Amino acid sequence: MSRLAVWWAVLAASVVVLATKVAGHLVPRALLERPRVVRTAALVTAALLAALVAVQTATTDGALVLDARVAALAVAAVALLLRAPFVLVVLLAAATAALLRWLGLP
Amino acid sequence: MPARSPADRSDPAVRSAVRTAVSVSVATGLYGVSFGALSVAAGLDVPQTMALSLLMFSGGSQFAAVGVVGAGGGIGAVVATAGLLGARNGLYGVQVAPLLGASGWRRLLAAHLTIDESTAVATAQPTGAATRAGFWWTGAGVFVLWNAFSLLGALLGDALGDPRRYGLDAAAGAAFLALLWPRLSGGDPRATRIVRVVAVAAAVLALALTPVAPPGVPVLAAAALAVLVGALDGGPRGAGEPGDDGRDAAPVVTP
Repeated sequence: MSRLAVWWAVLAASVVVLATKVAGHLVPRALLERPRVVRTAALVTAALLAALVAVQTATTDGALVLDARVAALAVAAVALLLRAPFVLVVLLAAATAALLRWLGLP
Repeated sequence: MPARSPADRSDPAVRSAVRTAVSVSVATGLYGVSFGALSVAAGLDVPQTMALSLLMFSGGSQFAAVGVVGAGGGIGAVVATAGLLGARNGLYGVQVAPLLGASGWRRLLAAHLTIDESTAVATAQPTGAATRAGFWWTGAGVFVLWNAFSLLGALLGDALGDPRRYGLDAAAGAAFLALLWPRLSGGDPRATRIVRVVAVAAAVLALALTPVAPPGVPVLAAAALAVLVGALDGGPRGAGEPGDDGRDAAPVVTP
């Protein structure tokens, strides 16, 4: 794409994402005070986070890939089991991947 | 929902929410370095990279957008991919809007700050005041740090080299796991069991669809799966009794 086309893509995609956020805030409240809706929203959040974990950890460019990220995620899980704070979990994962790649793993 | 009280610094729940917000903001903001660096590597310039961080302000959508640009996709592909990945923010808005009770320009600002992190921290808080503190502190904190580190990453660009060398790609998965983790345990055993099953099924579905579906669709399919389960699940026995306002199914995050 030309520089101008990239600008159009950046701005159009940003407008779509922002409009989606605003739409979510404008849904009538009456619809939300139903337990089923709240339960479903909680399930959706968990499902999206789980899917993002999987996609971020084991895929690259539309292909399943097993590399240092999997070991890093395992270290993160152990850290979470030991009740480590968020920042430490993330840093340990990054350090694990960096170390394994420094040792020559993909 | 507990009675509303003004945000009070002496309120332990509010202080806990702010602490969580700060640590989430720092972790997420640092991750912005990898976005800035990857964006420049994909062929966007620094102003375009910053336009995404300032205006789109949704990590998943931003990574998807620069990924499509880098892969040679057109305007339509960029918009569709980023839009599909950003659809979850609409669901987050549905979830947090009644908890925040914002109106006017604050509502617009709240909408812009409605992302994974602010929603996760907000919905995890035990009181209304802590929920609002968690949302605004996380939203504002991530916005400032995400943009600052996006700029840093874009400027360092080539100097930083491959972000994978620093494990930044692995940090993304770990951050999402850390946000998911507290949702997998909690008060009501029945709701917790369903969340665990849905989370595992969502991860498997996303991986299974990744080789065959366009970027963003596997994650959206996982959301659709959760909506389906939520629609079919009749809820706990005795639903509708006092106290069953659905908050029992809300995720619990401990810092």
